Amino acid sequence: MTVSTFRNVLFSTLFSAFSFIGFAQEATENTKKEKFDAKEMIMHHVKDAHEFHIIDINDKPVSISLPIILITNNGLVTFMSSEFHHDDTGHHVVEKDGMKFVKLHEKIYQLNEDANSVAFDEEHHPTNASSPWDLSITRNVFMMWVSVLVLLLIFVTAARTYKKSEGNVPTGIAGFVEPLIVFVRDEIARPMIGEHKYKKYMPYLLTIFFFIWINNIFGLIPILNGANLSGNIAFTMVLALFTFVITTFSGNKNYWKHIFWMPGVPVPMKLFLMPIELIGIFTKPISLMIRLFANITAGHIIILALMSLIFIFESVLIAPVSVAFSLFITVIEIVVTAIQAYIFTILSALYFGMATEEEHH
Amino acid sequence: MTITGIAAIGAGLAAIGAGIGIGKIGGSAMEAMARQPEMHGKIQTSALILAAFVEAVALFGVVVALLQG
Repeated sequence: MTVSTFRNVLFSTLFSAFSFIGFAQEATENTKKEKFDAKEMIMHHVKDAHEFHIIDINDKPVSISLPIILITNNGLVTFMSSEFHHDDTGHHVVEKDGMKFVKLHEKIYQLNEDANSVAFDEEHHPTNASSPWDLSITRNVFMMWVSVLVLLLIFVTAARTYKKSEGNVPTGIAGFVEPLIVFVRDEIARPMIGEHKYKKYMPYLLTIFFFIWINNIFGLIPILNGANLSGNIAFTMVLALFTFVITTFSGNKNYWKHIFWMPGVPVPMKLFLMPIELIGIFTKPISLMIRLFANITAGHIIILALMSLIFIFESVLIAPVSVAFSLFITVIEIVVTAIQAYIFTILSALYFGMATEEEHH
Repeated sequence: MTITGIAAIGAGLAAIGAGIGIGKIGGSAMEAMARQPEMHGKIQTSALILAAFVEAVALFGVVVALLQG
């Protein structure tokens, strides 16, 4: 382990030294070539987009265009994202129903009536355009529907095999799904919520477990690049909100007593604990939201940063090191997909368990 | 030093804190598992949950750094 690590460090140092020499020679030859911007590439991947970009062939982008749905002051406007012709700099103007739209850094702006092209201030914000309400089917929404379909396909097929088989023996895909469901029941729901009440929460726990897991896995498939759904803070916020609402509504008398009037401590301490516990109600779902978002986004950024080393050094020699490291991180990320789904589910179950715990003396 | 540099230092400090925290949890969990192999499953579950709590604080730091940087 230490020897191989040392070897990797040695090689990467050597390679980077070589590639600097190579870079210096090349730079004089073609100065016209655009400089590679790693930050822009990574942010473009991590953020949501209006089209599903798959690959570039001979500098021509191949992508699935998705519908754009806008609510403007003059009503609903819809068109396909292909009308922008892959332009993301705000130069290509699309005219619909007498209104002009441009796309700038994956945001859609509506130009003012008298303007024909977008003008920028010093910080590169448009000055003569406003942003309409954007309800487009972006690539994250598209991937969410795909993952919903895949989940439905898996579970409906699994449910059918139980009907066909004799004595409820799982066959086919059910043989793969059943151990996972039993794992969620016996390792997550039962110990965290308790033997008597866990059944009510099983559908929710199973749903978030499989939904988060499959979206994490979809985020790692290279050909679907940009499907960074579980690394989107709006997505994790909605999931955390569900947990928050279920916890709040299933809280019993004992739960609220522990928040507003902590039993077993003196009165000044009760008064001191009340605001802390009140804040605690909200920080729990917020930390669920941030944890999933930051873990998945950080994983994507690390993999892409390692891959973009090749283009930063503009050398083939750096490629083996970079590919090896990013493969290593990808393998770790595959484990992380399952761990994050597990953590989100077990913490939700823990909060439900706290909310429904009976008083004991 | 620019604000991006300071943000990077902040993210690094958050990582140090999380490293110490998760290291202590992992070390103690391993020790406990060696002492009581029959409690292996329970110890592992609680160690993972605790690691998630420690990590969350570090990730707050990372997110703040990302917003700044």
